Amino acid sequence: MDVISEFFSEYDGLQAFRTTIYLTLLSALLALVIGTVVAVMRVSPIRVLQLIGTAYVNIIRNTPLTLVIVFCNLGLFVQLGLALANKDSHTFINDNNFRLAVLGLSVYHASFVAEAIRSGVNTVPLGQAEAARAIGLPFLKTLRYVVLPQAFRGAIAPLGNVLIALTKNSTVASVIGVTEASAVMKVMMENRPDVIFVVFGIFALGFVILTLPVGVLFTSLSKRLAVKR
Amino acid sequence: MSGTVLFDAPGPRAKRLYFGVGVVAVVAILLVLWFVLDRLNEKGQLTAAKWKPFLTGEIWTQYILPGLAGTLIAAAISVVLAMVVGVLLGVGRLSSQAWVRWPCGVLVEFFRAVPVLLMMLFTYALYAKYELFPPERYALAAVVTGLTLYNGSVVAELVRSGVHSLPKGQSEAAMAIGLTSGKSMRLVLLPQAITAMLPAIVGQLVVILKDTALGYIITYEELLRKAEQIGNYKSNLVPAFIVIGAIFIIINYLLTVVAQRVESLMRRRGRSAGGPLTADPVDQSTVAVVGQDTNN
Repeated sequence: MDVISEFFSEYDGLQAFRTTIYLTLLSALLALVIGTVVAVMRVSPIRVLQLIGTAYVNIIRNTPLTLVIVFCNLGLFVQLGLALANKDSHTFINDNNFRLAVLGLSVYHASFVAEAIRSGVNTVPLGQAEAARAIGLPFLKTLRYVVLPQAFRGAIAPLGNVLIALTKNSTVASVIGVTEASAVMKVMMENRPDVIFVVFGIFALGFVILTLPVGVLFTSLSKRLAVKR
Repeated sequence: MSGTVLFDAPGPRAKRLYFGVGVVAVVAILLVLWFVLDRLNEKGQLTAAKWKPFLTGEIWTQYILPGLAGTLIAAAISVVLAMVVGVLLGVGRLSSQAWVRWPCGVLVEFFRAVPVLLMMLFTYALYAKYELFPPERYALAAVVTGLTLYNGSVVAELVRSGVHSLPKGQSEAAMAIGLTSGKSMRLVLLPQAITAMLPAIVGQLVVILKDTALGYIITYEELLRKAEQIGNYKSNLVPAFIVIGAIFIIINYLLTVVAQRVESLMRRRGRSAGGPLTADPVDQSTVAVVGQDTNN
């Protein structure tokens, strides 16, 4: 079982999974921000904003994530010269690739976050919004004080699904040279073709450990925090 | 619609406000577009030479159509295999025998927790090591295996929730006329569950088609790989990505529309006692088990 000690010493598998976790958390945060804005646009009374929100969701949701990530590197950086890190830094390539991956992952998953929040808005009973309007709250205040707080609680389960998907999808970042878990697994398999089952087992187990607790946590949260009706 | 409960029909003041915000939004969008186009122009991506190749037959017959074929072939094989694997695992998970139920449950949970890319990389190495396929087929086989295992487990969950959404009387009636639990599953429950799954299956096609692009990473010759090749050949990478992206978006959007049509058709006809199911559209994600309408 020397391959397991190699995983820790030679390949620094823990560092790879740490990169996976950073990628996931940063992208999740950014996706939550973008997704909330898009969801608010989609339920707003202004037609143009609705159209922009709908277009965003339909376009992004139907584009493969791999294309989005590859485009972030080859398109945005190589062709159009968009650099997200300090060019003079000696870790420029790594930083830039990592940030481009975060950008791609969050833009992609924001469309699913927006849909999750919209489904959360659907769980808020009509009477709530009517009551808010009756006491004179305008649209944005209705949203901020009455609808969105309940919508987020109602959207916890689908948001958890997006977070799990994002964790697994972060592996796609390897395509632009981010050394997260799948990239390290690939290298290990190339160097040790005799033990590919063990190598796959280690990395698969890593993702099971990362995703299963999130699923359990969000399911229990969604039961505990959902507004009882 | 959820939106309509959030605001009143606008009065004159609100109308002016909405109009004003609308104008600002349009101006902002135009500014962003102008900025992007200006940037593209500055980098010489908008010249006719970069876009003309797409009007020639060569790019289509040598690159785009073969790439499209690669994408569609991988997706088609995966769909068929995923249905087979999914129905087997789903029925296995519902089995009355614990020694069938448990392994099927573990397999479904495992394949849903592990990233598709990890499975593709692993099976690619596996096929190469044991030479299970001709070398030029390793990539296709690995793409299909990864997609089949993941989407098979999604279908298995759909089968399970489909059967659970059927009224209890269905299996009781089957028992009452003397069917064994296996026969009642095969003759009574499964046909209705699969009808209920139909919209979700069509929706899942979008996920499968999108995920074929992961094949790019293991050198499978699909649309994204071809986009890169066009870009290298004609040095028009950005236009190539835009064209290929548009092809993906159009196909997937049409599939989404078909899925919605099938769903509304089934809602009206009520062919299954369980009612149509919907899968969570997030790829590589757990399935939201939804048997009933959400209150919208």
